[in-house]
Amino acid sequence: MRANLHVKDRVGIVGAGMTLFRRRFLETPRELAWEAVKQALDSAGLTLRDIDCVVIGTAPDAFDGIHMNGEYLADGAGGFGKPVDRIYIGGGTGVMVPISAWWHAASGHCNTVLAVAEEKMSHAMPHPQYVFAYIWDPILERPLGPNLIWIFAMEMRRYMHKCGAKKEDIALVSVKNKRNALDHPAAQAAANITVDDVLNSELLVWPVNRLDISPVSDGAVALIIAREKVARRITDSPVWIEGVGFTLDNTHWYNRELGYPRYVEYAARMAYRMAGIERPWKEIDVAEPYDPFDYKELHHIEGLQLAPRCQAWKLLKEGYFDRDGELPTSPSGGLLGVGNPIAAAGLMKVAELFWQLRYEAGKRQVKKPVHKGVAQAWGDLMQAGTVIVLGN
Amino acid sequence: MERAAIIGVGWYGLRPTTPEVSFREMVFEAATRAYEDAGIDPRQDVDAFLSAQEDFWEGIAIADEFAPEPLGGVLRPTVTVAGDGLQALANAVMLVQTGFFDIVVVEAHGKPSDIASLGEIYEFALDPIHHRPVKPAHPLFMMAFDAQAYMMRTGADPSHLALVAAENRARGLRNPRASYAAKISVDEVLEAETIMDPLTRYDIAGYVDAAIVLVVARESVAKKLSDKPVFIDGIGYATETGTGTLEWHSWGRMPSMRVAAMTAYAQAGIGDPLSSTDFAEVEDRASHYQLIALEELGLAPEDQAHKLYERGEYELDGYYPVNPSGGSLAMGVALEATGLVRLLEAVLQLRGEAGGHQLDGVERAIVASWRGPPTTTSMVAVLSGPEMGF
Amino acid sequence: MSGESGKPKTPLPGTYLKRDEYMKLPGLIKYKPVARYLFSAGQAQSRFLHGLKEGKILGVMCPSCGRVYVPPRAYCEYCHTPTSEWVELPGTGTIHTAVVSYIATDRSRLEEPEIVGVIRLDAPGYKEDQYEFAGLFHKICGVTPEQVMDGSAIGMRVKPRWKPAEERTGSVTDIECFEPVEG
Repeated sequence: MRANLHVKDRVGIVGAGMTLFRRRFLETPRELAWEAVKQALDSAGLTLRDIDCVVIGTAPDAFDGIHMNGEYLADGAGGFGKPVDRIYIGGGTGVMVPISAWWHAASGHCNTVLAVAEEKMSHAMPHPQYVFAYIWDPILERPLGPNLIWIFAMEMRRYMHKCGAKKEDIALVSVKNKRNALDHPAAQAAANITVDDVLNSELLVWPVNRLDISPVSDGAVALIIAREKVARRITDSPVWIEGVGFTLDNTHWYNRELGYPRYVEYAARMAYRMAGIERPWKEIDVAEPYDPFDYKELHHIEGLQLAPRCQAWKLLKEGYFDRDGELPTSPSGGLLGVGNPIAAAGLMKVAELFWQLRYEAGKRQVKKPVHKGVAQAWGDLMQAGTVIVLGN
Repeated sequence: MERAAIIGVGWYGLRPTTPEVSFREMVFEAATRAYEDAGIDPRQDVDAFLSAQEDFWEGIAIADEFAPEPLGGVLRPTVTVAGDGLQALANAVMLVQTGFFDIVVVEAHGKPSDIASLGEIYEFALDPIHHRPVKPAHPLFMMAFDAQAYMMRTGADPSHLALVAAENRARGLRNPRASYAAKISVDEVLEAETIMDPLTRYDIAGYVDAAIVLVVARESVAKKLSDKPVFIDGIGYATETGTGTLEWHSWGRMPSMRVAAMTAYAQAGIGDPLSSTDFAEVEDRASHYQLIALEELGLAPEDQAHKLYERGEYELDGYYPVNPSGGSLAMGVALEATGLVRLLEAVLQLRGEAGGHQLDGVERAIVASWRGPPTTTSMVAVLSGPEMGF
Repeated sequence: MSGESGKPKTPLPGTYLKRDEYMKLPGLIKYKPVARYLFSAGQAQSRFLHGLKEGKILGVMCPSCGRVYVPPRAYCEYCHTPTSEWVELPGTGTIHTAVVSYIATDRSRLEEPEIVGVIRLDAPGYKEDQYEFAGLFHKICGVTPEQVMDGSAIGMRVKPRWKPAEERTGSVTDIECFEPVEG
């Protein structure tokens, strides 16, 4: 990527909407997408007629149970007769969707873009985890009968070993995020729990217990993204997309050090460079790192250069990342608290920054004044980093 | 705004089976050729990589995890578009036009020979509530609906479809990439086994394995790096409706292709495509779609495509040559690579490198593709050749 | 969701169902996709699998940067050049990370926990660094869950336990597991 000193048109977020996040919904995937789109349109005072392009995000097709899922969701997502793209980068999709919407608008091809992410995991049987059996290499990994949680557990074990963190240190992330989620109206797994609750929950793959993991969820989120001149007409307070970054590491995760996510670092550096941020740990006011597992938030905070390597768990203990702390992370409640409908969960994090940067997050509003926020998602076989920097 | 240009193309396969390589090795081979063609080093010169793939074509959930290695995209910005390769190309054009990206690589591949239950995979793309329980005998039944509706609207009969099938397959005989080329008569097409009335087995394209890689650059960069850039004057795509609402589909038409064409023509500043361009590579995964596409693209008046076809207007030496490559009927459908296979043919024509089926003096081309049933997504690109750029 | 309270002006959409309610929905459609594939292993992986059948762990070297790849690929992902020289690795290595699984692929509980991990393979004489290495993901035997939990398993020296030659099929499961090197 080159530095572009002559950006003619900034791109802003002007509306956001979401459904509840729950384990099981009556609504079909396309109905969920529509509900989120409707909320977003209403929040910006727009109708579908005002939308030029649609970018859809959903993770594996197997969850919604439809091959070519983007085509199925197209009209539920408001894409009737419009240019519709489905962008796809595993779990990183949720943050990739607004990144893609950014280039749709920044290129001048579309004035307004609907960024929609949806996931309905609950109807995969016998258990949604089984779907993940198919993410592994069909020849070298699938014959070993892997479970998705293995790979996270292996990464968590490595992080613990490298950084000297204990299970109880990491469990604090789950405690913090589930507590933050108590104030989120869409939350599925909000709770006041203790570290002991996490340690005593069902042991799945040591070191991972049940409460170290975000829940299985259905849900959808939508954002409305517009070029500057259009954005200013829609709202007085657009939230600008100031930097975007995305990186994919190699497929062979077992040929790499698992204790540090270099793919997040590369993506973050790309986004910070574009946003003109040199010292992210000072310049970022609020962060939404991806937290499908509790250790992942710490892992990603370090990848995002918001804490020195192996220091995130120590800072967490000091309350540094609390909602009233120095650098609040996951003030929404994150995936651990609000829920994890995969692609929609990533976009929920971007929506949270939108609300935080407009001071509209209500009880979730962080204590310090906010100017810049970063949201990040991770995906694939410990491979993908997607990062977006927003400013007000 | 600066245009984007294609400065390198590479391909591998275009054969019904490729058991000698994995899909990754196929992509690596195509990528190596494209980078050689463009004279670039993927590890140094490329700003982003885009791939086009779908989980169930690959048999891997989150198939995008395999995208970076064979392309040279490891630890670089790499992302997958779940759509036809031409949609990925449209995204590459947008990336370039943001001003932040100079060179972007686009990849699409299809390896249908690895899929042991292709019909069932198509069935899995149908709406789970309204369509799958009906258990249609053939998952591509919509093709026949479209053919019947088209014939009723225009007065065309099966012999017009057979004419397209016979001509395209015959044209492929001069194209080394056309695995399904055949010397075949209209009567032979009509008398062949009927798959779905009115379509016989020769009216429907076969499948091939293929990987296509393109190197796309910003106009000013392209002119520095390449002496034969092919410019993308316009590119559009659109979806008509979601696949679960086929009830709303305009049968016998492709409204999405019309929207896509309007977008692409507007970007290219084209009013009348027939006079502003020299030839077209258009959708023909079943013979009637070529006729429908010609009308939707404004290359034939409403309801008249079959008559113009009969008069030989679209032959290689006719008024406006269509599908000089033989199209998908001769080259096969390569799943999400299909659109880029057709684009590859157009690029080679514009560079004067098409070989046995090279057209004389062509400077501007239209490429139009469609993802195929049950989707309603079409893509249209307008390209101009190297000499048009200066 | 906007507004000063941070609460939605109207309740957020979505109709939650309990599992029983869901399973009793009228017209609930059960559908099992038929998705079968014949994956071509390709040139590099095929040779690797043949090697496993003969009881060998093969790697391939990039002529440009000197990295040795296990599992092998036909190309170097860092240099984008074809790999060329094949080498046989001793098979020994160290445990990079290991975990104790109490659940199976479909999340049902296992009767006996299973230990799996990443093995960093010895590749003497070839380029390696702290971040990248030749390695395999596999099952680990002869190590106790306690050793995984107290951290003594990490860094432990291991070697492959092969299936008897006549039972090998050219699959990654020709290695039963990696077990500690005695002594």
